[in-house]
Amino acid sequence: MSDSTSTANGVIAEVHHEHPSYQRHHFESVDQQFDATNFAMWLFLLTEIMFFGGLFTAYLIMRNWYYPAFVEASHQLNIGWGTANTGVLIVSSFTMAMGVWSAEMRKKGMLILFLSLTWILGVAFLGIKSIEYHEKWVKHHVPGLHWSDSSFLNPASDPEVYKEYHDKPLAPDMAAKAGMYFFLYFAMTGMHALHMIIGISILTFMIFRARAGAYTTGHVTYVENFGLYWHFVDIVWIFLFPLLYLISRH
Amino acid sequence: MSAATIVSLPDQSTATIPKMNFLSKENGLLSWLLTGDHKRIATLYLISITFFFFIGGSLAGLIRLELLTPQTSLMAADTYNKVFTMHGVIMVFLFLVPSVPATIGNFVIPLMVGARDLALPKVNLLSWYLYVIAGIMVIYTMAAGGVDTGWTFTSPLSTHYLNTHVISTGLAIFVAGFSSIFTGLNFIVTIHKMRAPGMTWFRLPLFVCSNYAASILMVLGTPVLAITLVLVVLERTVHIGVFDPAYGGDPILFQHLFWFYSHPAVYIMILPGMGVISEVVSTFSRKRVFGYTAVAFSSVAIAVFGFFVWAHHMFIMGISNYAALVFSLLTMLVAVPSAIKIFNWAFTLYKGSITFETPMLYAFGFMGLFTIGGMTGVFLGSTGTDIHLTETYFIVAHFHFVMVGGMLMAFLSGIHFWWPKWTGRMYPEKISQFAAVVTFIGFNFTFFPQFILGTLGMPRRYAAYPPEFQALNVFSTAGATILGVGYLLPILYLTWSLKYGAIAGNNPWQATGLEWQTQSPPLTENFPEIPIVDHEAYDYEWLESQKQKEVASVG
Repeated sequence: MSDSTSTANGVIAEVHHEHPSYQRHHFESVDQQFDATNFAMWLFLLTEIMFFGGLFTAYLIMRNWYYPAFVEASHQLNIGWGTANTGVLIVSSFTMAMGVWSAEMRKKGMLILFLSLTWILGVAFLGIKSIEYHEKWVKHHVPGLHWSDSSFLNPASDPEVYKEYHDKPLAPDMAAKAGMYFFLYFAMTGMHALHMIIGISILTFMIFRARAGAYTTGHVTYVENFGLYWHFVDIVWIFLFPLLYLISRH
Repeated sequence: MSAATIVSLPDQSTATIPKMNFLSKENGLLSWLLTGDHKRIATLYLISITFFFFIGGSLAGLIRLELLTPQTSLMAADTYNKVFTMHGVIMVFLFLVPSVPATIGNFVIPLMVGARDLALPKVNLLSWYLYVIAGIMVIYTMAAGGVDTGWTFTSPLSTHYLNTHVISTGLAIFVAGFSSIFTGLNFIVTIHKMRAPGMTWFRLPLFVCSNYAASILMVLGTPVLAITLVLVVLERTVHIGVFDPAYGGDPILFQHLFWFYSHPAVYIMILPGMGVISEVVSTFSRKRVFGYTAVAFSSVAIAVFGFFVWAHHMFIMGISNYAALVFSLLTMLVAVPSAIKIFNWAFTLYKGSITFETPMLYAFGFMGLFTIGGMTGVFLGSTGTDIHLTETYFIVAHFHFVMVGGMLMAFLSGIHFWWPKWTGRMYPEKISQFAAVVTFIGFNFTFFPQFILGTLGMPRRYAAYPPEFQALNVFSTAGATILGVGYLLPILYLTWSLKYGAIAGNNPWQATGLEWQTQSPPLTENFPEIPIVDHEAYDYEWLESQKQKEVASVG
């Protein structure tokens, strides 16, 4: 048994030489490391789909149950800001993809530029989102905290939305269900915004690492996997936008 | 019991534990708390889940003591509700779900596939920290006054009527869920990408296949539970939500989302246990597992069917008759792959050279108890009998036969089986055989009377019951005492064996898995050189030829 220990030391010493510094000790090759972490990221995104899936299920069922309330509540959303945000996110996905490309091409300056652009667009998205949240607060559309049914009991009291959609007044019990719509709106966009905040934090860290030259030596796994995450968060919004903003706009 | 044994230990007068191994490599608390080594993380997990098993088990003891008499004599009904809820929460989320995967699986899967570690060591460590945070939150909940919703958090009970600590428990389970997701994710990636050269899919030991199937369930099911609990917590904090009918919500939606995870969770708990049994049965009957491919695919089949049967928990909760019909039929389907496993193990035993070491005794216990647990599941899957039996002690007995009689037996079987690999030392054989028999007897005394109580109509989750049920309840409590002894013994003698056990050598069982072809305890790097696999799983002839080669080279 002491034999096996001594050969063990010899072999381990051998295993460790002439590997790039970013290869973790338990992988046999860089390819294996890239394959494994990349696959892990896809699996993680699968869990994220299931996570958001629960919310989408709840939304679809409640929309079926309380259709009139969901339609009128949806009219309260600001399509201008929503569309702008969709644009912002799609462009940020493009800059992120360019970031991955620059890392692969080992162009450090471009990588920092594209990561920074992605960062700015991410923050812009949250900025626009907070304008929208503020609007909900002002209009008493925050269920549980700052809520009033009046926009739905008497739609004419909100002339801006009324002149566009001519909503009919809802019965009081149905009007209260608009709160359900806004509960789901805040739960879904809030969960999405939380993912954006996590993404932006990681992006901040990555920009500093990129300046130190971490991703332009051929080791692009981190940037590529983060890119996958960023695109995923973008895609979630691509589903949220029509379901929350567009679906009731006839 | 025959005196025959396959155990072959090195000469005790000269044998030593290898100086260089994963336990001795580094010392100090930090070397453990910051480790990336799957074997050390498995050890941390083993210690933590044993701690929570101890708490959960003590709570079970309190439940059985209270039920000794028909009146609420030991504790008030409210307290009783909290005790069985905490028992359920701790046992399900902090013991059964991580038991085999996070401890034994964590330890042996990289060894079995011939890798140096799991694919993501840091994520593995993170998973343990999340588990510990969840555990602390559960302990906080208990200290702050507990929660009394039952482990199922049924809405609107959990969201409207109760003022106990639903929020902290919900968040604890949310965190524990991510711990489980990361374990599952790590296993899937490792099994896909880290196999040694020559280790094809159909050369994998069946323990790996069953953990792979369980990991799929963890990865796809757990996030749904996580979001459901977030919604429950939101509903309690902002007083509006999608589950409580008072706010216009749908309590059935809660049931669907909850059981979409929590039914597959049952298979998360049992599948890794089935993997242990495959390894043990093959090793101690010296035969390749009969119908290897069928057993491997039956694990996957259980995982797939497991996702389409959740509504059988809801037959009395207002789902439509047609839904009940479809879910009932789908539930029957799960019996098929489970039966495939049981029959194949039986055929593995047929004409095998069977020996009765402790892991094998536990495995026999598993096969008998799991069969009873599984068959009574078919009763409950039939809509007609379900309406009579659901929410009675029949259900309690059914899932304890599967979870305790099945999973816990498999866990103990696996712990004894891999103990020599883990620690380098043998457990004491005679007393552990005794413990296995005591556990089996105690278990049957505890839970078999509950089947009868259930068919007689005794409802679950009440602190008091009509006096005519007392005789059977006394039986059950007496059995629980025996069962308690059965669980205490391994804790004692396994601890004892850490210092005084016989030196095990590399392969005390003469087993074929790659984990047995390296030293015990293994090196931090697992293998001096990554092995090249040139034989099928459970190939005992290959093992013989290896031994002859060794003898030849020494001679």
